Amino acid sequence: MKQKYLINIMFISLTMIFTTAVAEEHVIDQRDKSFQLAGGKIEAITVKVGDTIRFKNEDPFFHNIFSLSDLKTFDLGSFPKGQSKTVTFDKAGLAEVECAIHPEMYMEVSVQ
Amino acid sequence: MQIKLFLNQFRQKILLSICLCLTGTSVLAADLSNYLRPGEIPQPDNNRMTTHRVELGKMLFFDPRLSGSNWISCGTCHNPGLGWSDGLPTAIGHGQKILHRATPTILNTAYQPLQLWDGRARSLEKQALGPIEDEGEMAQNIHKSNDRSRNLIDELKVFKGYRDAFEAAYPGEGISKKTIAKALSNFERTIVSSDAPFDRWIKGEKQAMSKSALRGFKLFEGKANCSKCHSNFNFTDNGFHNIGLEDATDSGRYAIRKVKILIGAFKTPTLRDIALTAPYMHNGAYSTLEEVIEHYNIGGISRENLSPNIKKLNLTKGEKANLVAFLKSLTGEATPFIYPILPVE
Repeated sequence: MKQKYLINIMFISLTMIFTTAVAEEHVIDQRDKSFQLAGGKIEAITVKVGDTIRFKNEDPFFHNIFSLSDLKTFDLGSFPKGQSKTVTFDKAGLAEVECAIHPEMYMEVSVQ
Repeated sequence: MQIKLFLNQFRQKILLSICLCLTGTSVLAADLSNYLRPGEIPQPDNNRMTTHRVELGKMLFFDPRLSGSNWISCGTCHNPGLGWSDGLPTAIGHGQKILHRATPTILNTAYQPLQLWDGRARSLEKQALGPIEDEGEMAQNIHKSNDRSRNLIDELKVFKGYRDAFEAAYPGEGISKKTIAKALSNFERTIVSSDAPFDRWIKGEKQAMSKSALRGFKLFEGKANCSKCHSNFNFTDNGFHNIGLEDATDSGRYAIRKVKILIGAFKTPTLRDIALTAPYMHNGAYSTLEEVIEHYNIGGISRENLSPNIKKLNLTKGEKANLVAFLKSLTGEATPFIYPILPVE
């Protein structure tokens, strides 16, 4: 019984380690009222299930990133320059992400 | 690497020098090019501006027969003599009904990606028919009505002047909801601000702004925090903010996007020709610019869901006066406006 319990613990731990190892973090900047990846404006990004996007504000004013998509509903609240918040996409599908304050900021996250 | 660093530093110094030269003071170092007028008025490829389209749109805009009562035109509320607004705290619509939001100026609306106080229309073409059909505003049936007297398309088709004007503007497309919206939008895109003292100053005319207005500009960009939202050529970030007005009945942008920060948030209006567009705010709460400045000085009245950009400013009496002087420097030269002759046969 004890041996079975230990095997289960090991299995769960290995699964967690494996998941952590393959999941990526993508840093999306908010700069000049646009979403940017590595210095370039983007309107779409493809990530894997389990990946995280870090939304980092690089503008000298607040942003409020949100999504009301069926795939992932979230509201990161407003945050100033230099701060960031993360969202993990744990299901496959398409999410539309916007800034509530500046609606011209729009991007699609395709989760595969 | 060193060359790149040198070029960057050189660019920054040139920029700063230009700013200092323009201001004639040592108080500003912002990139003033943000405030320059864009090269072309934004317009969609499927409704580019032409003389025929603008003329048709102008006739429709000022024709009271566009309303159900045949008494209210777009120009009734968007009056060119009143800064393309109406001078009222909130608009008056069909049957003299007092509406709950102020008439926004349509000056420079071509530069705004979203229309109306809550941004629910994503283009001028999508906005144009809204007030005409709205029961509270112009209460008109554009089509699908059995009552001929209240069917706008049939009403317009009676007049040869309109039939010819639609054909000249949109050959082969006829008189339809779509062409009415396109013509109105085409005309509205021509309503742009003229050069104000601020524009002349930014182009190098040092005497165009008073010293008080220049000090106001420094406050606008600094201590008073105004440029956080009122930015760029049109003095708006085209964004949505709850600025702390007492208005429990209007949820604003939240009705369109259910995100908490948008409860009580409204679109940042342009400050162009601000001296002509009182009363101010989405509910016409303030009659003067002095009252507006005082609202921001105390950090808004209502703290509920307040934008993080709004905070107490502790402005002195002189600073408030300087800010008002700057705001007034955003009002352009008055330009004569010629009303159209409307088709009667």
